[in-house]
Amino acid sequence: MNPFQFTRANTPQAAVLAVSKESGAYFLAGGTNLIDLVKREVVIPERLVDINRLPLATIEETASGIRIGAMAKNSAVADHPLIKKHLPLLSMALNAGASAQLRNMATVGGNMMQRTRCPYFYDHSMPCNKRGPVQSGPSKGQPNGPAGCGAIGGVNRMHAIFGTSEKCIAVHPSDMCIALAALDATVNVTGPKGNRSIHFAEFHRLPGDAPQKDNTLLPGELILSVDIPKNELGKYAHYLKVRDRTSYAFALVSVGVAADMKGKTIQDIRLAMGGVAHKPWRLKEAERYLKGKEATLENFKQAATLAMQGAKGYGENDFKLTLAPNSIIEALQIATQTV
Amino acid sequence: MENENNAGEPESTGASRRAFLKQSSVLAAFALTPPAAVHAVEKGLDEKVAVAFEQQPLRVEVNGVAQQLSVEPRVTLLDLLREQLSLTGTKKGCDHGQCGACTVHVDGQRVNSCLTLALTTEGSKVTTIEGLGSVDKLHPMQEAFIKHDGFQCGYCTPGQIMSAVACINEGHANSPDEVREYMSGNICRCGAYANIVEAIMEVKSKGGRI
Repeated sequence: MNPFQFTRANTPQAAVLAVSKESGAYFLAGGTNLIDLVKREVVIPERLVDINRLPLATIEETASGIRIGAMAKNSAVADHPLIKKHLPLLSMALNAGASAQLRNMATVGGNMMQRTRCPYFYDHSMPCNKRGPVQSGPSKGQPNGPAGCGAIGGVNRMHAIFGTSEKCIAVHPSDMCIALAALDATVNVTGPKGNRSIHFAEFHRLPGDAPQKDNTLLPGELILSVDIPKNELGKYAHYLKVRDRTSYAFALVSVGVAADMKGKTIQDIRLAMGGVAHKPWRLKEAERYLKGKEATLENFKQAATLAMQGAKGYGENDFKLTLAPNSIIEALQIATQTV
Repeated sequence: MENENNAGEPESTGASRRAFLKQSSVLAAFALTPPAAVHAVEKGLDEKVAVAFEQQPLRVEVNGVAQQLSVEPRVTLLDLLREQLSLTGTKKGCDHGQCGACTVHVDGQRVNSCLTLALTTEGSKVTTIEGLGSVDKLHPMQEAFIKHDGFQCGYCTPGQIMSAVACINEGHANSPDEVREYMSGNICRCGAYANIVEAIMEVKSKGGRI
């Protein structure tokens, strides 16, 4: 690893100050992605600001729902009785991600901040528009490898089929975030200009002309917590993750479903997909179609067709155009217990 | 050394010590540095001087022994254990958090030590394979791995055993399927998985925390 400075922050304000005054400074939470990125010289930090001592790991019931502190470990959230009871989709999604060791390290805030696993992004001898310039050292400001998108026309089996741009077809890697997107979470942050809240749908962004930006956080902003509003979606939920191995692999396609049922009728439903876009991909059209309808295979097929409108393959990932709708249908059947 | 910023005010100077050393004249550095470092500067070994300056204190308990160490920020817990403390039972496999060979316990939780910066373990209790059992008195999981042939080459074994102990203590070893899922972060190239699952299920069947 390249050398860097290390500061331990004891308050969120101190952490924000330390990161915002230095362009090559980064928050260090669980480190499961960041330390790897530093080892691979994709990120070359001037300073890491350790936020592991910040008192932000509480998981609690609030008047409007459940609040999860940004520093709560993925394993602690997945196994928490409140989450298992009220937000089983979140628990399932968390347990589908990474390994037991990594979930013990990874935090909720860090999980939201993890970078794509596109192999071109991790190899700075290959073209990538997402990598951005070198952040510190003698080459600061210089490109960290050639520009362009190696995945377009290259090895793109894992890549996006929705919301891509000519600059980038990488996918967002998180499972947890698929559940948070489906459950209409809100992200509470603090920063140099004070506190604000960001709706989860607006937290991650599509690549467009600026694929180096994964999210809408401003420089120096720190995630404090995530709020998930109360819902009646706890009973019928499923997270289906389709991957190359049974466990410990990133999703080819994943589908999160949470529904409220009365008999066979879908009162309310949330659907989001992973492994298909640069951000958690919410399926609002399909949700609108299914609301008030019977949980039948025919309706699920129609919902999947609606969800797939606008999808585009890039060669090696063309199979996702079939895998994704099939996964939507299967996840809906399992969640609504109509298999 | 920059350190904890208890007052809520991080280090006051924006320039890093490394940058300072690189920018300052050799004379300025002379006033601050020990003779060995002066020698290094004379020889143009700026990097080595910078490294000497950038070490930070670390207090951590490893296998029941309190350690007061001096560590560079970029040193991982894995490298600290192996290179500074000579605890080479913990293995470096991929060094990228993908294989689990480096699994140790930090405050009772299994983690990948290759992705853990040593400085983030300040005040923690670390347990490695060396702290689990002894040659005279093996840990029940070590005994079970031997009995069930839970390894061939043995390189992944310390990580497998540390992970297996945690798997039971977390309550995630209630069936062979659950063990397979919760042990998926430990890769075995020899393919001893079937025997590893048997070993874990046997230890689990005896009950209790281990």
